[in-house]
Amino acid sequence: MVVKSSGSVPLFSSGAIDRRQLLALGAGALVLSALGAGEAFAAKEKPIKVAAIYTVPVEQQWVSRIHKALKAAEARGDITYKFSENVANTDYERVMRQYSQEGADLVVGEIFAVERPARAVAKDYPNVAYLMGSSFGPIKPNLSVFDNFIHEPSFLTGMVAGKMTKSNIIGLVGGYAIPEVNRLMQAFMEGAQSVNPQVKFIVTFINSWYDPPKAKEAAFAQIDKGADVLYAERFGVSDAAKERGVKAIGNVIDTSAQYPGTVIASALWHMEPTIDRAIKAVVDGSFTAEDYGPFSFMAHGGASLAPLDPKVVPPEVIEMVLLKEKEIKDGMFRVNVNDGEPKSTL
Amino acid sequence: MWDAFDILLQANFWAATIRIATPLIFGVLGALLCERAGVLNLGIEGIFVAGAMSGWLAVYLGLPLWGGVLMAALVGALFGLIHGVLTVPLGLSQHVTGIGVTLLATSVAYFGYRVAFPNVGTPPRIEPFPPLDVPVLGDLPFIGTILSQQSAFTVLAFICVGLVAFVLARTPLGLAIRAVGDNPEAVEAQGLSVVGLRIGAVMAGSALMALGGAFLTLSAFNAFYFGMINGRGWVCIALTVFASWRPGKALIGALLFGALDAYQLRLQTITGGAVPSQIFLMLPYIFSIAALVLVARRADYPRALMKPYFKGQR
Repeated sequence: MVVKSSGSVPLFSSGAIDRRQLLALGAGALVLSALGAGEAFAAKEKPIKVAAIYTVPVEQQWVSRIHKALKAAEARGDITYKFSENVANTDYERVMRQYSQEGADLVVGEIFAVERPARAVAKDYPNVAYLMGSSFGPIKPNLSVFDNFIHEPSFLTGMVAGKMTKSNIIGLVGGYAIPEVNRLMQAFMEGAQSVNPQVKFIVTFINSWYDPPKAKEAAFAQIDKGADVLYAERFGVSDAAKERGVKAIGNVIDTSAQYPGTVIASALWHMEPTIDRAIKAVVDGSFTAEDYGPFSFMAHGGASLAPLDPKVVPPEVIEMVLLKEKEIKDGMFRVNVNDGEPKSTL
Repeated sequence: MWDAFDILLQANFWAATIRIATPLIFGVLGALLCERAGVLNLGIEGIFVAGAMSGWLAVYLGLPLWGGVLMAALVGALFGLIHGVLTVPLGLSQHVTGIGVTLLATSVAYFGYRVAFPNVGTPPRIEPFPPLDVPVLGDLPFIGTILSQQSAFTVLAFICVGLVAFVLARTPLGLAIRAVGDNPEAVEAQGLSVVGLRIGAVMAGSALMALGGAFLTLSAFNAFYFGMINGRGWVCIALTVFASWRPGKALIGALLFGALDAYQLRLQTITGGAVPSQIFLMLPYIFSIAALVLVARRADYPRALMKPYFKGQR
């Protein structure tokens, strides 16, 4: 075997740079420029460019809240807003790269099903700020996370449900048993139990986000079993409740106008505190990787209980719930975050 | 334990069974008609979506409910025409074309929806088919409860079963359709048009599939949602094999699937605390696979299924 000496070739030996040296130089320059960019973001002028990537249409309850907050920011002139909806998870990374490449200042989205690839993309574009719905933590330097932490109002709606049920059976229809769904159901159940220890729960999952006919069937099955208050995690449940004349509890959005007298309480999610904070951080140049979860809490205005109608909920129940709401806001009562899968107790 | 059997005695369970089965009845009938003529139509999932969307949109824009049904059927037939032209005279791969039609129909439906409604919060709603009000039968205790939860659209599904069965088994047209799926040369020798018969059958079948989708937005629910078809079309393809390409058995297969789905939803309310929900959700699909395994060995495929026919070629 012939051993070649490779260390003896001096740089610029022939006065010209050969290809290998050029590559080495280029790599070095890249490293330098990356270091030079530093950790902090540069401050930006309004409006900043925001791109959002959703895996479902913007009508979907959860995503509609993000869309609404961004639309509001656009109307204020804080941002220019582009979005892609109904993006398949298998396509998510590509769309994310495209927006990053096109020079978006802030990319918003939901990466529950693409955590690893999305985090890899964020790493490749250190100058782009990412604010992603995620089950996991933030990653330095540029990926922040949020989630719908509306367990506090869910607890309050649970109290309403616990007081309003006559059969002492409450039905819950959910999409998938994932932490984002579980924690709201758990808080709801805890709320109901806190005012009515006799109450029993029926939990059904339909393994789909967007199949109202199926959610409706699941709700019918629960009503047949005696449930007279239904937790409507999905579209379709309130329709079943309306048809059979039982009550429903709304989730994330307020649908009491579409189902008057049927939807008696709703836990609402507001993305505005999260979005506005992220936009401000990008404008200031102070954007860092952090967990925006707490900005969906009631104390920050990220979650609220929809106004209770005294015509459908007795005044003493309203009074009790509002008292608890105040306790939560004052930090005197903490609603537990429990991501475990809720189980039927019937 | 008795609770599990008790479910079968509830009228509401049977009502749910029929409701869940109705879109599948349309779908299986449609798939069966296409395949009896020798054309596999994997466009079914997309045609469901297009039917659901177009039927609902037509009603939303002011057509009467039956106008929406007709519109869905027309849109379905149109996609059937695309599939038919590509696979019959041009003889392209039926698998690939079918998947292509599914992608196209789904995307066109979504695109149309977004163009029509660029900026809505919750999807707009329509007034769906009302529950049936049957004079004498409706007052009976058990049957009345079941009937009062169905709509006229469901009745149409049952009528279609009879119609397709009659046409296939008892009419010259049915004979020609069956022959074109078994032995197109013989049909050609009779002086009939293989291309015409096949495309016609695919269009009629696709119209039926679209009705399955329209049922979801016009009767089972009152709005169109992206992704609401949720694999129902694919289930129909499996049920077609289960039904051995016979309308009567297609009805039984669809009802069995509906019953299992209605049953698992009720079983979840009883034993959900002990058994993971995923197990229940699997039940109808496990049934489909098990049924296929049992039936497929004896399956009497239409002989010329998926074999393109070219005139004068052996």
